[in-house]
Amino acid sequence: MISIYITSFIVGGLICVIGQLLMDVGKLTPAHTLCTLVVTGSILDGIGWYEPLIDFAGAGATIPITSFGNALTHGALAEAEKHGLIGVVTGMFEVTSSGISAAIIFGLIGALLFTSKGNV
Amino acid sequence: MEQQKYAHLEKELSPKTPLLKNIVRAFLTGGLICLIGQFIALFYITYFDFTERTASNPTVATMIFISMLLTGFGLYKKISQFGGAGAAVPITGFGNAVVSSAIEHKSEGYVLGVGGNMFKLAGSVILFGVFSAFVVALIKTILVKFGVVSW
Amino acid sequence: MKNGTLTFSTKPSIHSAGVTAGPLENKKSIFAKQFDKVYEDERCDLPTNEDGHSQLMYDAVMIALSKAKKDVQKIDFFLTGDLVNQMTPSNFTAHSLEIPYIGLFSACATSVSSMITGALFTEAQQANWIVAGSSSQHNAIERQFRYPLEYGSQKGATAQWTVTAAGAVLIGKNKPGFPSITCATVGKVVDMGMTDPLNMGSAMAPAAMATLSSHLTGHGKTIDDYDTIITGDLGSNGFKIFKALANEAGLPHTKNFRDAGEEFYGKDPSFMAGASGSGCSAAVFFSDVYGKLCAGEYQRALLIATGALLSPLSYQQGDSIPCIAHAIEITAGEVAE
Repeated sequence: MISIYITSFIVGGLICVIGQLLMDVGKLTPAHTLCTLVVTGSILDGIGWYEPLIDFAGAGATIPITSFGNALTHGALAEAEKHGLIGVVTGMFEVTSSGISAAIIFGLIGALLFTSKGNV
Repeated sequence: MEQQKYAHLEKELSPKTPLLKNIVRAFLTGGLICLIGQFIALFYITYFDFTERTASNPTVATMIFISMLLTGFGLYKKISQFGGAGAAVPITGFGNAVVSSAIEHKSEGYVLGVGGNMFKLAGSVILFGVFSAFVVALIKTILVKFGVVSW
Repeated sequence: MKNGTLTFSTKPSIHSAGVTAGPLENKKSIFAKQFDKVYEDERCDLPTNEDGHSQLMYDAVMIALSKAKKDVQKIDFFLTGDLVNQMTPSNFTAHSLEIPYIGLFSACATSVSSMITGALFTEAQQANWIVAGSSSQHNAIERQFRYPLEYGSQKGATAQWTVTAAGAVLIGKNKPGFPSITCATVGKVVDMGMTDPLNMGSAMAPAAMATLSSHLTGHGKTIDDYDTIITGDLGSNGFKIFKALANEAGLPHTKNFRDAGEEFYGKDPSFMAGASGSGCSAAVFFSDVYGKLCAGEYQRALLIATGALLSPLSYQQGDSIPCIAHAIEITAGEVAE
């Protein structure tokens, strides 16, 4: 039980290190880095490697943005299994809806509550 | 002076990226954010009717909520300046991209400003996530149909 | 070939200067004590960043005028610019002031390009009083050129911090005892193929060097003729490269070189390579340098304001960063010929 906390820290940290390398060594902008990671997560799920990573690292695999690509693919595949090719489109947001809806809701609430500040 | 010669001089004089320092900071920041996520997941498993697998949904939403507060109080950019990708890669970074754009464009109104710009930074992540998921799922479905792989 | 050089035989004087700055600059800038007015609020208690931006410039002009005890109605022309799209903050300032106005865009080099233009108006006997200057407001510029203010992106050591500041000067006919404009050099656009908008110092350094050489050759001067040669906002990285370029061009003594951007925040590492923005050169030139000229601490100063002429669109489309530098020579109380 304790081990999941250690693995989540290490796996989560390592995924971020990959992101840092893409930015510093690969000279990618933050947006390009995140897109690369999302696509990677999606491909990893396609070959069936991401779910074992979640079992191993818990939040260390579900919190990084790679998990977003994984979840989109996972939803699409689950529906495709049931309904064939049409499921690829209809099932996509089945799993990820919470992230997107939370971002939209809290984005608007944030705009209502706060004003940006030019502090250091 | 030629451009090439100048580029060489510029590279020689400009400060180098402190790669090792950045990596260590990204590891610690990213690891810590994921660890916090793990504790939040534990909370949902213990006190609500969630399993280890389904707990990730409310966890992600909670992390984005925390990110909104940190962004609004001007703290998330400080965490990012320290942690680099360690703050950008977790879902809180996605939340920060959405919330910061929403806050920034409030002055142009809620429809054209907030609504129109909320996803100006995070939109590309959704686009490429969705499109790559579509391609990957399509390929896998076709491969399964032809019996090359199984679900 | 003229190579951009201009000589002012009537030696127009700078009769007064006004500088305003935001709260962060008040706290962190080493020049804070020399600013005429600082604000508690980064938007000057107005609803938007751009409104605050306008107010900064308006107050700087009014301070300059009140120091010289001049009425707004007496001013013939108002020449200024900023970095916001279509320079709306300057346009609104000009509307409030009701002075005939020409907006000038030279990015962060506007402080000097406006003085050069103003001096030419006086030299041509077409104006008695000119107000020149430029301004920038951190929040308004960052959200336009980079990211939303609260977005977390790790800035490297070469990045610069746009200042919230405005500076204005009142230029009129030569008056003994006041710093006067003797000559100037209008720069050419220099593009060395740099593409990183978070490393503008190294994009601008060659432009500063090109203008410095044109100025020295064109006017037959050496760097030792000046008590100081101060660049606008190269930042610590660009300034280091500028000095290296000067050495390479056969100017080994760079002891009297200064850079307003590097000095602005006292080399505080939280501001990375230092300050930038069209308010940066204006604020330092019109407070510290102008003050030293008035006090006789400097007899002859060369101000080289540098500007990166990019837009978010141009660099996203893969264009390199074209840069410009304009130089103006100011002497302490030289009398007209």
